[in-house]
Amino acid sequence: MALNEAFVGKAFPYPETYFVGVEKIREFARAIGDENPLYIDRDAARAAGYPDVVAPPTFAIAVIMKAQDELLFNPQLGLDFDVVVHGDQRFVHHRPIVAGDELTSTPFVDKVRTAAGNDLISLRTEVTDPSGAPVCTAYGTLVARGAA
Amino acid sequence: MTVALSAVAVGDALTPLTYTVTRKQLVKYAGAAGDFNAIHWNGRVAHEVGLPDVIAHGMFTMASAARIVTDWVGDPGLVTQCEVRFTRPVVVPDDDTGATVEVTAVIGAVDADAGTARVDITAKFGGQTVLGKARATVALPA
Repeated sequence: MALNEAFVGKAFPYPETYFVGVEKIREFARAIGDENPLYIDRDAARAAGYPDVVAPPTFAIAVIMKAQDELLFNPQLGLDFDVVVHGDQRFVHHRPIVAGDELTSTPFVDKVRTAAGNDLISLRTEVTDPSGAPVCTAYGTLVARGAA
Repeated sequence: MTVALSAVAVGDALTPLTYTVTRKQLVKYAGAAGDFNAIHWNGRVAHEVGLPDVIAHGMFTMASAARIVTDWVGDPGLVTQCEVRFTRPVVVPDDDTGATVEVTAVIGAVDADAGTARVDITAKFGGQTVLGKARATVALPA
């Protein structure tokens, strides 16, 4: 089933603020098997000039997950989530994410298309701080295998 | 201390990284990232959708691709961009051994004006690459 073209170009601001916590960063770092001291040790992070522990570069996916899911599970979109795999991902970090950040995610649908029997959706999610300053831009493509 | 840009040249190789991913690790990652897609922990569901078995989260593999870079520069806050395409799945068997992934990386470009270096990353599982166009950009002091 083709994806709903009406979603393209639209913003889907997610109302819930994501509060970045020390333990969440530690949990994520340990889950990826990476105990870089700046992810784990607050004193080490402060000594390196950060206000608190730093998030791994791919932690942004956890920040935007609920906002993206809210959009992707919208029945009007027509995405068959049972057969979805990740096609590509890119993060542009305007500054590092650190514990204590309060972040808002706004996903946009950049493109939907069909290729080789698959439905593809390209998302761009803008992550901002409470002043509206950009923190991270996440680009991702999801592929619904054999759904088209 | 981190790496100085003046000490970096195109073609320089980073220290390789090899890791093993088990079902348990995928469950931990699912919880940490909030990604509960069943193909990453449930073999029945993976088979039903035509996959050979449970596959690792692409983002787990991407995290390891980023790690080879952060291990090199020390300060993860220096990574200004990272990107990958997921070209082949990392299949994770239901055993205690798991799947082994080998990550290597070289400096692909140095931009002295921007103060950045681009790292080109290769991740292999079972001798085949699992990522395409895997790259990170780091901002380094002169």
